[in-house]
Amino acid sequence: MSASAELFAIATSGLSKRFDQLKALDALDLGVARGIIFGLLGPNGAGKSTAIKILTTLLDASAGSAQVAGFDVANEPVEVRRRIGYVPQLLSADGALTATENLNLSARLYGLRGAERVARVRDALTFAGLDEVADKLVRTYSGGMIRRLEIAQATLHGPEVLFLDEPTSGLDPVARHTVWDRLLELRRSRGMTILITTHDMEEADVLCDELAILHRGRLAAIGSPAALKAQVGPDADLEDVFAHFSGAVMDQGGRFRDIRESRGTLQRLG
Amino acid sequence: MRAYAIETAAVADAEVRKLMRDPTELMSRAVQPVLWLAIFGQVFSQVRGIPTGSLRYLDFMAPGILAQSILFSAIFYGISVIWERDLGIVHKILVTPAHRSALVLGKAIAAGLRGLVQAVVVYGVAVATDVDIQWTPAGVLTVVLAVVLGSCIFSTFSLVIACIVKTRERFMGIGQVLTMPLFFASNAIYPLDLMPGWLRTIALANPLTYLVDVLRGAMIVGGASVHAWTTSFAVLLGVFLALLALAAHLYPGLAR
Ligand SMILES: Nc1ncnc2c1ncn2[C@@H]1O[C@H](COP(=O)(O)OP(=O)(O)O)[C@@H](O)[C@H]1O
Ligand SMILES: [Mg+2]
Repeated sequence: MSASAELFAIATSGLSKRFDQLKALDALDLGVARGIIFGLLGPNGAGKSTAIKILTTLLDASAGSAQVAGFDVANEPVEVRRRIGYVPQLLSADGALTATENLNLSARLYGLRGAERVARVRDALTFAGLDEVADKLVRTYSGGMIRRLEIAQATLHGPEVLFLDEPTSGLDPVARHTVWDRLLELRRSRGMTILITTHDMEEADVLCDELAILHRGRLAAIGSPAALKAQVGPDADLEDVFAHFSGAVMDQGGRFRDIRESRGTLQRLG
Repeated sequence: MRAYAIETAAVADAEVRKLMRDPTELMSRAVQPVLWLAIFGQVFSQVRGIPTGSLRYLDFMAPGILAQSILFSAIFYGISVIWERDLGIVHKILVTPAHRSALVLGKAIAAGLRGLVQAVVVYGVAVATDVDIQWTPAGVLTVVLAVVLGSCIFSTFSLVIACIVKTRERFMGIGQVLTMPLFFASNAIYPLDLMPGWLRTIALANPLTYLVDVLRGAMIVGGASVHAWTTSFAVLLGVFLALLALAAHLYPGLAR
């Protein structure tokens, strides 16, 4: 492993993505230190999901490169996949399966076998606080329960890096806090590196050791919450930081497609 | 390749569980073969409009209706994949290190098992309408293999279409446009000899024709296959492997 791979869980260089004429991601240079919670902020359509999809090997970059957990996402995707977990922006737990069945499916696809698989699935249920309802269909769960299940599902193979795309959008405040608790616990007890996208400034403040603000696919600012606030002004809060660097008030702007994608997905399971 | 087998089984297991929770879906797919055999088959047997040699028309068409019901239920497999994409299930599956073709094969195998359920329904209707079923072990085993392989082919074909069109609306349109010609440009309800030359050429390139041909020899007393079973199975297996490779190649595109 190179020196930078030891230091950084995620490193990108000139990472870009075009969709026809649109530059969804424009020459992103990023280094995320191991063991921190890193927040990727930006208004709808800023390129947050696009960045996560490239880093999780789901999408090919148009230019530039990215290493995750020491491996190149384009050339060594399987090595990357073994070492990461991903909670998509949309709902990824299968509503027609129980929590146990969802976890068993993931565990098998991650190559966990026999007694180890059984033990990991049991621990994951406890971690998600779903022991009591483990054998109920997920479509009967609340949004918060589903999110906790998804986090458990994305971490049961013990990934080095966990990606979460707007994990708390659409959740009520109580559910949000239980999600935050789980993420803080993963950092503390397992030293996991966590990259989360959000456009919620409270979440960024509470959770993140470091933040990057994306604006129209470009990196507008990067630093610790405190450092970013200091850059903007003596009494600045993160809302001010966000407005300053993204030139936008939160929840304003964004094309219809982006707004539709980020809202209401939690009701989809019906 | 133990990992490959485990991945395939994991996907198939999850799919089968979902299937078993949806009995209405299974039942509603049973309605069509009932109509075909109990009404269309009965009427056309009376008319004697289609020459089927020594076989009664009803006996001739029963294997065709089995193949049709497999085709029609497997072809809508793509819809569930599009549904999984609209949620985030496909994304979650695709970030695992599992082999892409194992993910696709698992779904095909689940479709194969579902095809067997469909076959049981058609056999029930066939018995009720007095079709002369061949109950020999070799016959039944051949039908089982053909039904599973046929379901694998059409469900994977459906998955390929889903990966290309990506939205439910477009899929519904295309599903209709594809299934009808596949059905009518085959030997399912009339012999190939009755077709004009151009249509016969198309029918001979249609995997459904080989499926029906195997079923006709294996399922019905006095029924005969035009092609050797080894030929038909080789064709069906070849088509399936080609579709599997194509689907494994296209499936990751669903997460983009
Ligand atoms: N598959 C796609 N095809 C075309 N445009 C896309 C696609 N995915 C995203 N975009 C566009 O790229 C830009 C960035 O999108 P996204 O990364 O989803 O933003 P965010 O997650 O920050 O809201 C948006 O303008 C969006 O409409
Ligand atoms: Mg997004």
